[in-house]
Amino acid sequence: MAINVVVCVKQIPDPSAPARLDPASKRLVREGVDLVLDPGDEHAVEAALQVAEGAGGEVTVVSMGPARAVDAIRRALSMGGARGIHVQDPALQNSDALSTARVLAAAVKGQPFDLIVCGQESTDGSTGAVPGQLAELLGLPLLSFARKLSVEEGKASIHRQTDEGYDVVEAPLPAVVTVTGGINDPRYPSLRGIMQSKNKEVRQLTLEAIGLSGKAGEKALTQEVVDLQPAQARKAGRVIEDKGEGAREIVDFLAELKVI
Amino acid sequence: MARIWVYAETVEGKPKSVALELLTKARDLGEPEAVALGPGASAAVESLGKHGARVVYAHEDPAFRDVLASPAVDLLEKLVQKHGPDLLLFGMTYDSRDIASRLSARLGTALIANATDVGPGQGGGWAVVSPIFGGSTLVTTVPRTQGPPIVLVRPKAFAAQPLEGSAARVETLTDAVDTSRPAPRVLKREKEEAQGPRLDDAAVIVSGGRGLGSPENFKLVDDLAAQLGAAVGASRAVVDAGWKPYAFQVGQTGKTVKPTVYIAVGISGAMQHTVGMKGARTIIAINKDPEAPIFKLADLGVVGDLNRLVPQLTEELRKRKG
Repeated sequence: MAINVVVCVKQIPDPSAPARLDPASKRLVREGVDLVLDPGDEHAVEAALQVAEGAGGEVTVVSMGPARAVDAIRRALSMGGARGIHVQDPALQNSDALSTARVLAAAVKGQPFDLIVCGQESTDGSTGAVPGQLAELLGLPLLSFARKLSVEEGKASIHRQTDEGYDVVEAPLPAVVTVTGGINDPRYPSLRGIMQSKNKEVRQLTLEAIGLSGKAGEKALTQEVVDLQPAQARKAGRVIEDKGEGAREIVDFLAELKVI
Repeated sequence: MARIWVYAETVEGKPKSVALELLTKARDLGEPEAVALGPGASAAVESLGKHGARVVYAHEDPAFRDVLASPAVDLLEKLVQKHGPDLLLFGMTYDSRDIASRLSARLGTALIANATDVGPGQGGGWAVVSPIFGGSTLVTTVPRTQGPPIVLVRPKAFAAQPLEGSAARVETLTDAVDTSRPAPRVLKREKEEAQGPRLDDAAVIVSGGRGLGSPENFKLVDDLAAQLGAAVGASRAVVDAGWKPYAFQVGQTGKTVKPTVYIAVGISGAMQHTVGMKGARTIIAINKDPEAPIFKLADLGVVGDLNRLVPQLTEELRKRKG
């Protein structure tokens, strides 16, 4: 039986570039910064593709974001996704996690799927709340922090990260899975994949189209950022170049600190 | 007085340390109460009481241990509606993150994650402080929903302190637990325990990063740690590459550590990593790149070839030990 997979992705400012916040709006500055598919989501796309390819199914890529977020969807399509869904609406600016989860839940509801895959948390916000909220809104089991995923006979099984090692956890399909960075090595899109992705369908949906007018985004914020402060910086200490005395310097320092 | 609830995870009848940290903080915010679920919940009551919990709601059903999130969310929803707490505090752990996120969707309340401080907000309500960008910036967020906001607090944000003469009243719960719905079940637990001291409570930690070049080379870090009696840590790059198991990871998605001395070997100092270790009292960094951001945090930074420096350091320590 074919297994169809939905993967949720987010476009974020390139995490290797230094991040900036706008002091007035208290949001991330996106202007002048390269925008990329969240590297954590690349693992989710890869995991989704592996499941679908193994079972003769298809991967649908879903994202919420401004017009240019379609680039992140195209990137996932160039890796092998079959089609995209892009929810875009001016009212969605400044959405918080619960609002985002409501939008994603409404967007995938009309879509036949057996499995939803998400990264465990976004690289820019690191809240990690959306997948659990999405699972709750859809009434589905959540298999979280997977570093290994296998799907067979109507159930999904994962190795779930724990503090001491991992747990083997199983749930019936349909289910939501979140993946850690250790789960796979995401593929690079092939030239053919990039060419093909340009012709793949990306459905554009507004809040009205998914029945959430006035129920998500700015009109439905659960929280508000009221202040931003630079944290008290650690004072940088001494930096020396090792000219053969580096090891001795460290030992002396450790002795000074009384740890040896 | 505000009623502050702490969701207290327990392991074999002992509360996780983050639960005791949260109860200690909750004493400053109002009247602390705890919820402990699963086998051993009752055994944890004494320790929770000693740390300030006035009431502990305890339920011993094994489903809370064997089925992820949903049974706890069902019960917490009922308890919240019955008792009306003002604030729900969770530790930022794997299990609590699942429960807190599902519960926030169930109740339609605000969820604020990665918190390092919580206090009264201006004009009522709560204000929550979370570090972003690897701890370089602090954001203050206020919840805007009806119902108790849910806050996920990073471990070690507060120090756990017992309270003289404090004890909890137990409310033993026997509500039926619905396990008929489709849910994730834990079939097996595997431990990948490291040798030597644990990252959580080690006085000295030696951590290795991608700069080590290969998994075999991680032995340099292991040897240095063994010589110092230190715990071994690793950056996410190293763990994602499979050089070390996840249990070693220090950082945003790994452990938060606060040792006396943290030695970073071949770690560039990405925000992902530094958010988990910048609470160390003293930081020593070894890296070949003089521009590496880790040198901005280090009390002592040595620019050099770790392949030569680290074995020298281990040898020098061995000689001093005599």
